[in-house]
Amino acid sequence: MNPPTFTATPHVLRKLRRERLAALVLSGMVLAMVLPLFAIVAYLVVKGAPLINWAFLVTNPTDGMRAGGIWSALVGTVYLVVIALLVAAPIGVLCAVYLNEYARESWLTRLINLAVVNLAGVPSIVHALFGLGAFVLFAGLGRSILAASLTLAIMTLPVIIASTKEALNAVPLSFREACWNVGASRWQTIWRVVLPNSISGILTGVILQVSRTAGETAPIMFTGAVFFKKVADGALFPYALTDQCMALSMHLYTVTTQVNNAPEALPYAIAVVLLGAVLLVNATAIIVRSYLRSRKKW
Amino acid sequence: MVSPAPKIAVENLRLSYGHKEVLHGISFTVAPREILGVIGPAQSGKTSLLRCINRTVEFTPGAVMTGTVRVDGEDVMRVPDVYGLRRKIGMVAPLPVGLPLTIYDNVAFAPRCAGVTDPAELDARVERCLRQAALWEEVKDRLDTLGTKLSGGQQQRLTIARALSHDPEILCLDEFSIAIDPVTTMRIEDVLKELRAHVTILLVTNLTQQARRLADRTMFLWNGNIVEIGPTEEIFSDHPKDRRTFEYVNGIFG
Repeated sequence: MNPPTFTATPHVLRKLRRERLAALVLSGMVLAMVLPLFAIVAYLVVKGAPLINWAFLVTNPTDGMRAGGIWSALVGTVYLVVIALLVAAPIGVLCAVYLNEYARESWLTRLINLAVVNLAGVPSIVHALFGLGAFVLFAGLGRSILAASLTLAIMTLPVIIASTKEALNAVPLSFREACWNVGASRWQTIWRVVLPNSISGILTGVILQVSRTAGETAPIMFTGAVFFKKVADGALFPYALTDQCMALSMHLYTVTTQVNNAPEALPYAIAVVLLGAVLLVNATAIIVRSYLRSRKKW
Repeated sequence: MVSPAPKIAVENLRLSYGHKEVLHGISFTVAPREILGVIGPAQSGKTSLLRCINRTVEFTPGAVMTGTVRVDGEDVMRVPDVYGLRRKIGMVAPLPVGLPLTIYDNVAFAPRCAGVTDPAELDARVERCLRQAALWEEVKDRLDTLGTKLSGGQQQRLTIARALSHDPEILCLDEFSIAIDPVTTMRIEDVLKELRAHVTILLVTNLTQQARRLADRTMFLWNGNIVEIGPTEEIFSDHPKDRRTFEYVNGIFG
């Protein structure tokens, strides 16, 4: 009889031990990330739960923020986010298409790409000061929803450009070459082949910016968000674009730092609403992405 | 006998990517309805040569091309309608590229880009090209499935159908058989034999025997230079003009 071929030599045993160790350490890291996240969410929900109900969402704050709801802040955040993305998404996506598909390699495009990458890392307070100078003062928009939204748009633009370029780059070059070979122009190639196959990545990048836009306080603090503004309870379009508005992130900040004797649960409740809105949008992004991916064609 | 005006005339063509020159001033002509086989080892500039002819080399950053390439007497670098030039040339890449579109749209892509919108004409063209590429019978009942879902050999025939969809007068095949099985290869070679009646073919291949089977003349390209160009029988005879040709063709090149 032949000696068994598959014996566990010391070398093999060592390999198996390392394999188990690696799996253990790596899954431990995942836990280290996930557990605090769940702990935070659970803590917020438990602390904020007593206040959260439908009336809390759709009524204005009263009694100097100590009672009532958060409607004017909630709807203000929606205003800011929607307008900011309506401005930033088309500009950012088209900009990325140009940089990725048209621009020739030169010192200028390298400089632009470098600027995009670096702008994405600029702290939001710097964008806030830029927005104050450019939109509020220079452009004469005053402190308004428009000025604040534009500031947020400027802040998200570089990130949208970067994520869109990533998505465009994921479309293989061979597809473009095949199109060029049969006499398609760059634009026909982009419109018929490149964009349809990168749209899921592009949308994901844009939608993820929603949470960032909704969460930032600094850029809107100087440019359009206010401590308190009363609107009609539950009204869908209570603000004009030239109005100042309340915003959830700003509201959370002021309630925790500026208001004495606010109910203990209030900041937690605001945080839960902000978090819930962001999670809702992210969940939408995941659904959209998996739908578009299921139609992915290669 | 007066020889007809060449379909393609390449004169002193040099091409470099950055500082690296890959074609060192080559000149040759291709007659109408001729099959010119191009053989040579990897890195000899075969693909770059094709990219100069349909001017897609301009999409490569840093590529600099000098000398002239004339198609039907017109300098490709100066044609006013580069898309028309590319439609005159069908190009088949080494690896099959099914565009992420339906089979129908893959073939209808080029005509649509050229402005054809009439559905009846598109239908007719799709059927004709798929038949020419010996694919029609296999896919006629599922034209609306994705081209990328076809097998490798089918995708390569789809690529050929797409290359024929804009009625090219020149067909450039770049090692079309490396990703497909021998049976499919033979079927496509039969297609090429039919096409030679009205199309000029540039057949780049690393299967020297394929050039021997199909080409009227054969060119041996090596390191960006033409070693020898001549009638196929001569290239594959025991006494080609250049000893290196004999060695390459007989597999003792080194």
